[in-house]
Amino acid sequence: MLWRYEITGADTITLHFGERIDVALVTRIQHASTLLREQLGPRLLDLVPSYTTLLLRYDLLTDDLASLLADVKTALTALPEPLYAGEPSSGNSAGDQQADIIEIPVFYDVSVGPDLDSIAARAGLSVDEVIACHCGATYNVFAIGFAPGFAYLGEVPRELAAPRLDTPRAKVPPGAVGIADTQTAIYPLASPGGWNLIGRTPLQMFDPDRERPSLLDAGQRVRFRAIGRDEYLELGGRLDDLPWGTAEGQKTARKQTESRDLVSSEPETRDLKNGDRQ
Amino acid sequence: MTSQPGLTFRKPGFLSLLQDSGRRGAMHMGLATGGAMDRHAWAWANRLLGNPYGTTALEITFGGVEFTSTLETQIAVTGAAVPCLVNGTARSLWTTIQLHPGDTVTLGTPKSGLRSYLAVLGGFQVTPGLGGSCATFPREGTGGLHHDGRPLAEGDHLPCTPGLKPVPNRKVPEHWQPDYRSELELAVIPCAQIERFPASALEAFFSQPYTLTPQTDRMGARLEGPALEVIGKTLISEGTSLGSIQVPANGQPILLLNDRQTIGGYPKLGAVTPRSLDDLAQRQPGTRLRFRPTTLHETQFQERRFLTFFAAGQPARRS
Repeated sequence: MLWRYEITGADTITLHFGERIDVALVTRIQHASTLLREQLGPRLLDLVPSYTTLLLRYDLLTDDLASLLADVKTALTALPEPLYAGEPSSGNSAGDQQADIIEIPVFYDVSVGPDLDSIAARAGLSVDEVIACHCGATYNVFAIGFAPGFAYLGEVPRELAAPRLDTPRAKVPPGAVGIADTQTAIYPLASPGGWNLIGRTPLQMFDPDRERPSLLDAGQRVRFRAIGRDEYLELGGRLDDLPWGTAEGQKTARKQTESRDLVSSEPETRDLKNGDRQ
Repeated sequence: MTSQPGLTFRKPGFLSLLQDSGRRGAMHMGLATGGAMDRHAWAWANRLLGNPYGTTALEITFGGVEFTSTLETQIAVTGAAVPCLVNGTARSLWTTIQLHPGDTVTLGTPKSGLRSYLAVLGGFQVTPGLGGSCATFPREGTGGLHHDGRPLAEGDHLPCTPGLKPVPNRKVPEHWQPDYRSELELAVIPCAQIERFPASALEAFFSQPYTLTPQTDRMGARLEGPALEVIGKTLISEGTSLGSIQVPANGQPILLLNDRQTIGGYPKLGAVTPRSLDDLAQRQPGTRLRFRPTTLHETQFQERRFLTFFAAGQPARRS
């Protein structure tokens, strides 16, 4: 399948590039995104890549669906044929992908990653092995969502996969690195969250005053690098704002979450589990 | 500190947010779109004052506001039926109101409707933030007066432009002022995923009433009514559309609104039209709603008519 579209709203269409989550698809959607941005430019009010789709929002005052679709079609003729199933997904045409890998320093420690021990116990690994394992993989940014700059990264090595917490924490500090199911992510801003926390990055993942506010974009590739406490602090990391002081405090904090949950204050995690190929 | 004249708020109200037509080109960063929830009332407030479509106004949820003007200007208050007093004297909504320096305006609790829009001649002078918008996002901590997503607080001062040529007194014709107590039937564009819902679920959705629950905010409207059966409960997350009708595992639909998350993975039956969402924004929790199917063609026709009326051929900002 090249792509197909669906009407998803009064001023949106969703392009589908595949039915299953696949690393090769991430590159392909990124490519399609670039083509559409180049050729349709400001005509698109929004262009939102996700695991298998690209959402397009257009301006009803100046645009119409028929001409938009015609131009989308033209723009996407430059999109190469999809890879056949089973073909190694690393063999894409992007070329300089090694150079594109973004390195994120992480201080892996129970003081900032209160679930590090439980992840290790679950995996039957030592904490050091968990760290090596998390740092050993290269991750793809499947999508940005839930909160500004929140990047869904996949997939984590199988042994580190873990269901999210039964009760989400009322407050997760910015920079916290978590695992849920087969994905990993960094909380860009303080928010409620139910992912298993294993460390914290000193980097600011989202800064509205930067030219590019979000450090990560869908389609990018990421690796984690373990750093010590000293380097974490040197790079501007904070330790004075941790919401989990005592076990008692945490219990109260969790209780508070339940009442404040409106439509969704939780990043979703079920995606990979259900879209997984095996 | 506040060298620029404007409106100073002694009472900020329950939830008052600067809003415009929302962000563009920011969803891919995980940033919500935002914008006035009831564009009809918001656009009229600006139009009365000759402000171009898109001008920043204050969206006041559930009234309870008091402010003093430090300049000679005109304002308009539209939307929810709140008592509006200027220096203690009752004034009409949906009309231009002249303010002199020192005049105090109070807006009471709505008798009907939910959101009031306060616009000022020339618009509030706030620097746009991400996505070119002045909209306020408390959940994200972005946008608004201080660019930190904070709702209006006691003592906040909204800067205005002094010395603008006044507009003639205008009033929105009464037959164009909506009655927010009327029965509401929301128009729905069926979307491709409607195939995931068995005929019995669709029959129930389009024939039975649903109730707007208190778990409703600018992100989404949670409804309560006949539970809808879905075939295949989870999907791969994708970019979200305004008005999208998501059906989670419990079968109770959620309508995704202006401050919705940018991606989501629940099955979607369709999307409520933007014009219906304008009407919905004025309904308080407990309101009974019905749904009717419409077409994309009809929706876009109505939407273009709305946008053309308010956005096209507007007079340029006077100075």
